[in-house]
Parts: sequence; C-alpha cells; structure tokens
Amino acid sequence: MAYKHFEHLADIGIQGTGSTLSTAFEEAAKAMFEIMVDISKVKLKNQVSFSVSAENTEELFVEFLNELLSLSSLKRIMFSKFKVRIEKSKLHATAYGEKISKKTELKTEVKAATYSQLSVIKKANKFIARTIVDV
Amino acid sequence: MAVPARIYASRKIKSLLNSENSEWNSLQQLKNIAKLPGVEKPVIANPDIHVGYGFPIGGVAAFDLEKGVIVMGGIGFDINCGVRTMATPLKKSDFNGREKEIAKLLYDNIPAGLGVGGKIKLSLNEIDNLLVEGAEFAIKKGYGIKQDLEFIEENGKISGADPKAVSQRAKQRQFSQTGTLGSGNHYIELQVVDKIFDKKAAQAYGIKENQVLISFHCGSRALGHQIGMDYTKDLAKAVRKYKIKIPDKELVCAPINSPEGKKYFSAVKAGINCAFANRQVIAHLARKTLAQAFNLKPEKIKTLYEVAHNTAKIEEHTINGKTKKILVHRKGSTRAFGPGRTEIPEKYREIGQPVLIGGTMGTASYILKGTQKAMDETFGSACHGAGRILSRNAAKRKINSQSLTAELKSKNIIVLSHDKKGLLEEAPQAYKDVEEVIKVMHETGIAKKVARLIPFVVVKG
Repeated sequence: MAYKHFEHLADIGIQGTGSTLSTAFEEAAKAMFEIMVDISKVKLKNQVSFSVSAENTEELFVEFLNELLSLSSLKRIMFSKFKVRIEKSKLHATAYGEKISKKTELKTEVKAATYSQLSVIKKANKFIARTIVDV
Repeated sequence: MAVPARIYASRKIKSLLNSENSEWNSLQQLKNIAKLPGVEKPVIANPDIHVGYGFPIGGVAAFDLEKGVIVMGGIGFDINCGVRTMATPLKKSDFNGREKEIAKLLYDNIPAGLGVGGKIKLSLNEIDNLLVEGAEFAIKKGYGIKQDLEFIEENGKISGADPKAVSQRAKQRQFSQTGTLGSGNHYIELQVVDKIFDKKAAQAYGIKENQVLISFHCGSRALGHQIGMDYTKDLAKAVRKYKIKIPDKELVCAPINSPEGKKYFSAVKAGINCAFANRQVIAHLARKTLAQAFNLKPEKIKTLYEVAHNTAKIEEHTINGKTKKILVHRKGSTRAFGPGRTEIPEKYREIGQPVLIGGTMGTASYILKGTQKAMDETFGSACHGAGRILSRNAAKRKINSQSLTAELKSKNIIVLSHDKKGLLEEAPQAYKDVEEVIKVMHETGIAKKVARLIPFVVVKG
C-alpha cells in the first residue's frame, strides 16, 4: 500500500506516497478515509468533482483533504478512490465512493486535516505528503 | 521574547512528559506558544497535558488585547467541546437491575456516532438564530427548561457571535447535526457520587453520596469543524500579511485587533454558541429518557453545571496588581474561577465554580471547585480530563479487548459504543491515571476536590 498512518498521541498521522505529487495526495486521502471506514468495502457508486487552490503545495494538500471531509459530510458519502490533477497552485479532483447507509460500518470521525507535522517532500523520486488529522 | 511556562505536574507525570516523542512533544508545543506575540506570562500546562496540533492539549495562554493574537490551535476544530453534569433525585439503588435497560434507552435516544443526524432539522435562518442565541435557542424550541441557562458557562450564550462570519457550508453541515454526540472521546455517562470531600461545597452544588448524576462530553459538531477549516487558510494568509513569526505552522493566528482576527473571533463565538445549543438538546434528551423511565418530573433533574474546554474568551484578570482584560485561550482546559467572580451562578459564588473533570470509560470523574489560587496563577484555569498517554494505534496494539471487557464487567460498568472498534482507543489504560492528575490540582490548590463520581453506565459516541 502506498498509504499509511503514523503515530500521534492524541490524533492520527496520515501519509501518502506516489511517483507524482497527485498520486501522493490520492494515497493520503485514502489513509484519511480509512480512519472513518474500511475503504476496501466502499463501492464506487457516487462521484464528486471539485477544485481548490492555495498559496503553496503544503496548504494545497490540507485544502484538498478538508474539502473532501466537508463534501463527505455534506453529501453523506464515504470516499475510497481519488483522481487528482495539479496545476501549479490549483488542484482538480474527483472522489468516488458510496452514500452512507445503515449498512456502512463507520469508525471514528475525522474532524479536520491540520497543519501540524505537515510536509510535502520529494525523496528518491517519490513524493511523500503527510500531516496530522484531528479525530 | 518568550514568556516563562508553568507546568503543574507530579514526578510521575513529569516522567511521562519527558518520555514523549522527542521532536513533537507537549513541552516543545508549550515553548512554542510562549513565543507568540503579546502573550501574557506565564503560559500554563495542566497535569493532563499531552501533545496536540500546534497547541498542547491541557494548555492555557492569555494575550494582551492590543499586542496579542488569536490562535487557531488554541481553540481547535471542536470549538467549545465541553461537559455538562446534571443531578438526578435518584440513588444508585433505585436502578435495581435496570442499568442495562437504561443504557440501551440512552443509546437509542441520543443520536451519536459518525455521520448520524440529530432529531432537529433546522433552516438556514434558524441556524443563524442558534449561532447568536446558543442554549437559549434550544430552550425556545422546547428543549429543556429555562433554569438550565443559569448553570451554563456564559449562561449558554456568548455575546458578539456573528453568523455572517460563518460560511454557508458550515451552516449547511449543521442542518441535521444539532443534538448529536459525535464520536471519538465523546460520551454520556450515568455516575454515582462515590465520595464527598467538601461537604459545604457539595451542599451548595446540590449533591450527596450515592446520588446518580448524568454527565456528557461533546462539542460544536460539524459547524465547529468547518469554521476551523475555513479559518485555517484565512489565518495562514494573515500570518503572511502581518509577518507574524510562528514556530509551528499549526499556530496560524491573527492580531486580535485586525479585521481577520476580529472576524475569526466572531466566528469562534458562533461556534461556542452552537456547542451550547447542542449540549442543551442532548441534556433535554437525557433528562426525558430518565424522567420517563423512572416516572419523574423532568425538572427534578437539574443542571449542576456546564463547562467549556476549547475556547478563547475575553476575561478580566489581575496582572501585576492591575485589573486587565485579556484573551484567554484554553485548549483542553476548564475555566476554574474562584469565589466571588460574578461569572459564577449566585448559588455557587461563595464557593467557586464547579470544575467538571471527565474521567475515562472505567475510571472516576471528579467535581472540583475553582479557587483564588487559580485566579492568581493560571488565569482561572484547571485540567479537563486525564490526558492521553497511548496513541489510538498503540492502545489497540497494547490493550486486549477481552481483558478490557472483563475489567469493565468486574467493576459493574455497562458500556455501549456506537463505534465498536474504537472502544480500545478510549480504554482507561490509554490515559493517565485520573487520580494522579486530580491530586496535582488539589495539592497545588488550583482546583480543590469536592466529589468523586464513579460511572456505571457509559454510552460512547
């Protein structure tokens, strides 16, 4: 898996790795939704597209994650797959998932993505995007 | 220039703090907030301190209104998360084997868990009223009784909230979230008063041994989270605009006096009122559940007090012998005002405010009283709980599910959880020993012990 969680005492760290910045973001989004639901069980029945912008790559990453959390709560959809395209300071994304129903086994709510331990770096030809999410 | 930090801890707690991860730890976070512009001395760490995002949880920092900043991390995403305790006329013996039945009723009647909507659906106009009126809005809608308001911090309604400072999206997300508990460490408990330490204070607060209390912990739900998200980016811009040096990016902030700072503060106040309204609805649902089950008049279940944990508020304090208005951030910290403060309900004013400390699932909660010493040393603040020592993942790795169940059973505690898998994350072993934390508060005289409460029914969000 190209995504993982890392330890934080009160909250949870998420990390995505990819050969491009976009895939690193996509993987990190999976790590975030995995906290709320078993994403392998989420069917790809609904999709939402959106764009966000920010003044730098790190803030763009947090904007992207928070937009996903917001849309998930508003539209009552759990997302499990993401397509991201980044153009300089703008990010276009489509998130795929399934409406929350009585059958959905939900876990812990993620309140928001934070700037704490936030980093987006390139290391040995891999992009790594990570931050702490508030649960 | 950094101001000094003051840490309230015992040897045991100090060694726990020293063993935290070296790079990101609560003491480093405490040092970071001591460097923010306009911070008053000292910054405070309560004995439940642990690493948070930007600000340490259990931390207190106050700021000069002219030179200071309002800090996102000092309030957090769950704005005005807090605890309400209500006193019932019931004794533990009145339950007489009905504990499970009552636990199930609370579980069914109080919406909780991720993505679960509440019983009230609000229009946009109504949300705007709720953001200004707080708990009073809920009472007007028929949730609860007017007497409740007197026993809520700020009387359940902070002035200066501006619904226009809150995004449409934040409001939309709240349409069906009012009156929901949420998930994670949010809970509702039935507790029995196990021991009284201060008879006079207990009498004033209206509690005696063996009496059953209802306590719950929750906050401003999706609206608060969205305010946090919306302003994270606005405050990041403000940091650049005003060239504020912040040691950690999560400490994004704005000068209190700037347009950005003022707008954020009025949105935070709206979030504070949202949480007051939310807890008022939950109070009503819990009260109704117990009143029906035991054939009681609902007004016999009285609000003892309600405290806020994640707030920034302008308060008057004495600094170097002079009375001054300052902005006090409490992140995972309870206001603990001492005797005489006019903010305290008249009934308790001579004693000091009730300081409600939530325990963990299988351990005691405490009612303390605020003191003059807290006014002198901690801007009238105390701890808010036990404080985590194991991360959620570590808790799942190290704690055995069967032994946890057996332990709770041996203590006769019934636990129902909306998030079955999350139970281990909130196990008592994941937290510091609440007794140790309370001992520090009591022995330093910041907040003195009034009563110990033992849970017997726990419903987790």
